[in-house]
Amino acid sequence: MNIEILIRIFVIVAPLSLVSFGGASSIYAPLQHQTVDIQHWVTAREFLDLFAISRVMPGPGSLFATLIGWQAAGLSGAIMASIAIYLPSSLLVFGVGHVWSRYRGRRWHTALQDGLAPLGAGLLFAGVVTLARLASDGILPIAIIVAVAGLMMWRPKLHPVYFLVGGAAVCFLAYLIGR
Amino acid sequence: MEQPARVPLTSIYRVFFEIGLFSFGGGLVPWIYRDVVEMRKWMTKEDFLPGIALSQVMPGVSSTNCAIYVGQMLRGAPGALTALLAMLTAPFICALVAAWAYKWLLGLPGFQETMIGVAAAAIGMLLRTGIESARMTTKGLAPMIIIAGTFVAVGVLRLPIVPVVAIVGPISVALAWRKSAPPSKPEASNPDSSNPEAGA
Repeated sequence: MNIEILIRIFVIVAPLSLVSFGGASSIYAPLQHQTVDIQHWVTAREFLDLFAISRVMPGPGSLFATLIGWQAAGLSGAIMASIAIYLPSSLLVFGVGHVWSRYRGRRWHTALQDGLAPLGAGLLFAGVVTLARLASDGILPIAIIVAVAGLMMWRPKLHPVYFLVGGAAVCFLAYLIGR
Repeated sequence: MEQPARVPLTSIYRVFFEIGLFSFGGGLVPWIYRDVVEMRKWMTKEDFLPGIALSQVMPGVSSTNCAIYVGQMLRGAPGALTALLAMLTAPFICALVAAWAYKWLLGLPGFQETMIGVAAAAIGMLLRTGIESARMTTKGLAPMIIIAGTFVAVGVLRLPIVPVVAIVGPISVALAWRKSAPPSKPEASNPDSSNPEAGA
């Protein structure tokens, strides 16, 4: 077991935990940059595969970090990445919990919510562009991205699983045809 | 916090394990509410509601944040830890199986070609979430500038995210604070909460 890489996983992932507003969706850009471009734990292709897998698995999307950790250092890497993505933000929630519930409905609740929402949205768009760049070999993935976003806004009640299965089916058919 | 009866840690574990087990695609906070407040009556609605805002505002996954809040309110630190671990048990095992299976899946013909479709659909879902949350964000120029500035800093210029958040976050919250004028907020009926000097 390589202790050095486990420490590096923690040092890289733990700070991201503290800025993961809205969960994993706000940290895809820095995660990609760190794990693909700098550390070379995964290739761009693996990053995208694991992202897709993390979205079809049950559970929070943050377990994407677990998958990356596994690729970097096996089981111990998966465990370390999970600790690093959950421990800091969880400690923060725990530390703030009692104070928060005592001063409920106050003006700063609203200010925090309203102030952090655009920050989270900006980070999410950064992640979308980063991931789209990885996915865009050819026009088909881009078409799917736009179509799914548009369809979900048009029909918000449809279950997300239809879109995931639909995207898979379209690309599998394209693979069969192009073979 | 006054509790009618101490909720056993094993019960906390069982409830959140089940919620984690069947979690797919989010929307878990209402489920936690139904289970903890309506069915089991472990907490009052009034005690639970601040937890929703807290779990959305804090970094991390809102459903696990909410589990931590509930666990903490019920049983302090052991309760919070139990709820968090319970919530993650099943998804973590799934993640391990998926990570382990990945290299075999790569051998399947067409696997990567198909996964790019799944990834693209998931990216489309993220894009829609972003558009919706940008729409819901308080109207005005300032939030739009915050969204655009954060996006360019992290997504285009690839500046390190922690300093960006450390600078943009307080500015954005301060702007939102200034905008939330005390009289227009019906919840802030408590006279202590209105601070006329800071709002001006």
